[in-house]
Amino acid sequence: MAGPVRGDDRGGPPAWPGRGGGPWDDTSQRSGAFPQQFPVEEDSPEPRRLVRPYTVTGGRTKPRYKLALEALVTATVYEPRDLSVLAPECQAILQFCLDWRSVAEISAVLRMPLGVARILVADMSADGLVRIHQRDDSEGRPDLNLLERVLSGLRKI
Amino acid sequence: MTSVKIVVAGGFGVGKTTFVGSVSEIQPLTTEAVMTVASTDVDDLSHVPEKNTTTVAMDFGRITLEKDLVLYMFGTPGQHRFWFMWDDLIQGAIGAIVLVDTRRLADSFPAVDYFEASGLPFVIGINGFHGQFPHRSNDVREALAIPSNVPVIPCDARNRESTKAILVTLVEHAMSMQTAGRY
Repeated sequence: MAGPVRGDDRGGPPAWPGRGGGPWDDTSQRSGAFPQQFPVEEDSPEPRRLVRPYTVTGGRTKPRYKLALEALVTATVYEPRDLSVLAPECQAILQFCLDWRSVAEISAVLRMPLGVARILVADMSADGLVRIHQRDDSEGRPDLNLLERVLSGLRKI
Repeated sequence: MTSVKIVVAGGFGVGKTTFVGSVSEIQPLTTEAVMTVASTDVDDLSHVPEKNTTTVAMDFGRITLEKDLVLYMFGTPGQHRFWFMWDDLIQGAIGAIVLVDTRRLADSFPAVDYFEASGLPFVIGINGFHGQFPHRSNDVREALAIPSNVPVIPCDARNRESTKAILVTLVEHAMSMQTAGRY
């Protein structure tokens, strides 16, 4: 097979994800990719956000600590009266995380940029509103024991 | 409660989301990151001078493997200039699957380069569109300059069993790499 050769280096310098800010254009091409089974305002009348996405974080663009995309989050607060003082986004996260949900799912289903979801979840964890389960960064890749479990799980599905 | 992830990479339109969706217990979701685009003349967006932020979208799916073990599969953003998302993606990942369309083999070069450089275990899935595999696995391996220990497997991204088989192959490959102390 002829063709271009592999090896041209297009890599760029790594950067902390979630950086950024500024207007989040909700009208980007891929709308309608959300599942129907989640209780989100699927066809809300406003086509784009009128509020800048990082307003709810007070303009901060970095979370208190690093959260993996797949980090699991669950609510620790159940009394409704406790929620009224929280930002609507945080209330939505608590509502959504009655069962374990990943940071990526929070971002996708509640329609907030990943960076915003990470900041809010980290804050909420610091405030004791949610519990986070994620593997320690220092652990590196999953160990053999965990890979065994994944393998046997995959064979059963 | 533990979560693990696998990365699904490949060129635009190669079937990443189809692949994820074929085995995911939820319809693939999309998460978005907002990034600031540096105003540089090498960027695609340079002809749109007003636009200084852009949205990067990633599709993903989920499989509950045990009561307390969840596997997430993340598709890489289609555009290769969003490397910063890739670094985020591969952090702590089991490994990656590079989906290849043999008609556009070069589309998979950046992903293969990236995973090789980062030492992430990866396998190659040759997505046979309409069940067609015009090229043999060995030809693809040669064209991509893939080492002999890296699995290269024909697959059908729409087919659940096929996808499962590739996931199994990847996890086995990650285990053998670990046993061999390759990373």
